[in-house]
Amino acid sequence: MIEGAKWKKWVWFYLPLGAFVFSLLFPFYWMAVTTVRPDGELYRPWNHPLYSPFWTAHPTFDHIKNLVQETLFNQWMWNTMLIAAAATLISLVCGVFAGYALARLKFRYAGLLGTAIFITYLVPQTLLFIPLADIIREYRLGDTPWALILTYPTFLIPFCTWLMMGYFKTIPKELEECARIDGAARWQAMIYIIFPIAVPGILSAGIFAFTLSWNEFIYALVFLSSPEQKTVPVGVVSELIRGDVFFWGPLMAGALIGSIPVAIVYSFFVEYYVTGMTGSVKG
Amino acid sequence: MTAAKRSRILEREDALAFWLLFPTLALLMLFIAYPFVRGVWLSLTNSTVGEPGHFIGLANFAKIFDDSIFRTAAINTFVYTGVTTVFKLALGLWLALLLNRHFRGKSWVRAFILLPFIIPTVLSTLAWKWMFDPTFSVFNWLFWKLSIINSRINWLGDPDLAMASISLVNIWRGVPFYAISLLAGLQTISPDLHEAAAIDGANRWQRFWFVTWPLLLPVTMVVVLFSIIQTFADFQLVYVLTGGGPANATQLFATYAYQIGIGTGLLSEGAAISLAMFPALLLVVVFQLWYIRKVENR
Repeated sequence: MIEGAKWKKWVWFYLPLGAFVFSLLFPFYWMAVTTVRPDGELYRPWNHPLYSPFWTAHPTFDHIKNLVQETLFNQWMWNTMLIAAAATLISLVCGVFAGYALARLKFRYAGLLGTAIFITYLVPQTLLFIPLADIIREYRLGDTPWALILTYPTFLIPFCTWLMMGYFKTIPKELEECARIDGAARWQAMIYIIFPIAVPGILSAGIFAFTLSWNEFIYALVFLSSPEQKTVPVGVVSELIRGDVFFWGPLMAGALIGSIPVAIVYSFFVEYYVTGMTGSVKG
Repeated sequence: MTAAKRSRILEREDALAFWLLFPTLALLMLFIAYPFVRGVWLSLTNSTVGEPGHFIGLANFAKIFDDSIFRTAAINTFVYTGVTTVFKLALGLWLALLLNRHFRGKSWVRAFILLPFIIPTVLSTLAWKWMFDPTFSVFNWLFWKLSIINSRINWLGDPDLAMASISLVNIWRGVPFYAISLLAGLQTISPDLHEAAAIDGANRWQRFWFVTWPLLLPVTMVVVLFSIIQTFADFQLVYVLTGGGPANATQLFATYAYQIGIGTGLLSEGAAISLAMFPALLLVVVFQLWYIRKVENR
């Protein structure tokens, strides 16, 4: 019976879990293998006798060298970093303030405003990109980082607000009341007592916002036009694919290296990230 | 205004609330509410890039509803959203149930499986595009080695297969999100309930169906509705894999709006195509708000 149970555990647990992990991670492995594969091996058809999918006999850094030296990849990395950091910072400040007001303060229309912000959270970028492109052009922000630094907060703030609102609600009101009795002003209690306690929540929101900015595509595609202004996702897609010609080596190297900043931030703060993600849907 | 007076004003909760909410509301008005109004207006004119145009009523909408590509895009979007949502939910729930057990290396597994969700979609989609390449595809190699196929499969070039291929990538990207969110929901369910049900003689399936599922439903609903909105408005995945082709077989609302509005420069028509998503999105949002209210008031 015990033997049978062990067999069952393999079939019902380890096998499916292994299959999930394998299929979810395989594309990244494929990305990495392609990055170090020399061109001669790369362009071998699938029914070629020497097609060796899972390893390479002659690993090379040529594609990475090519990417870094021959393209504007470094510039794209800096652009993305700057835009993601600035948009995250703006969204955090706005989201923390707004979340606090909606969670803690009594004022007219509080419920209505909360609902309105929740609705904007659900507005996808693809709904508004055409009129926004028009507006960006009008304000002469087109083809500058500001076009993205100012528009990314529109999908980051609602999310940060929503997350922080939930977080502030878990902090006992008594803490502020104590500070008030000791003579602190309303805003002092907020900044010196509540915000420091909310740091884990702020971290979650910040990490999530950063990865979302790094991931954004359509605004960056539409609002930026010159190659040296582009972000990593747009730069890799538009500059490394020429018509029908795909430079697969550099493309995969770009995809791999372009993912690293996000992966690093994520690996340091997995727990906060998961809190942010689950908080973002649960509210 | 003196500092003392200023801080006295901030003692009033509504004044403080106003100043705290001001930056958020200003940004959202400027870059969401205003563009929305602009978008509606744009869709009622005949503007193109560099040409302001004038009011033409609902002519753009009449035109796109008459357009067979638009109708294809609409049907595709609904199919794409429906099919991927069912698979994402089923597989995500399965994975969440697996992860809800105790095993060694659990935190590592949980951290790694989220990668498809956090790595920028365009970049991971490029890896998929390479895996789908008709001449160099690793899938073709695998099926060929397994003696399932003899000639190549054109994953993204065949109209029927292309839709299946983009759906597969969307499911791949979405499953971790479902799994981790549902896992968080599962972890709030007290094991005592399961024990009680087991003592009462409920088998594994009954325990899932009568204990776990009802308690998990609120989280599931929120996750599903959220994901429906994202999938319905999807753009980048299709843009990279097929660009809407072959022969519009994978054209979605968003890719078609981009093609017409930005590609061809017919701003007003593109805006109208984008806005055609709005009624369906609104319906989902209203339902979601209603559902959250209902759960909160229970």
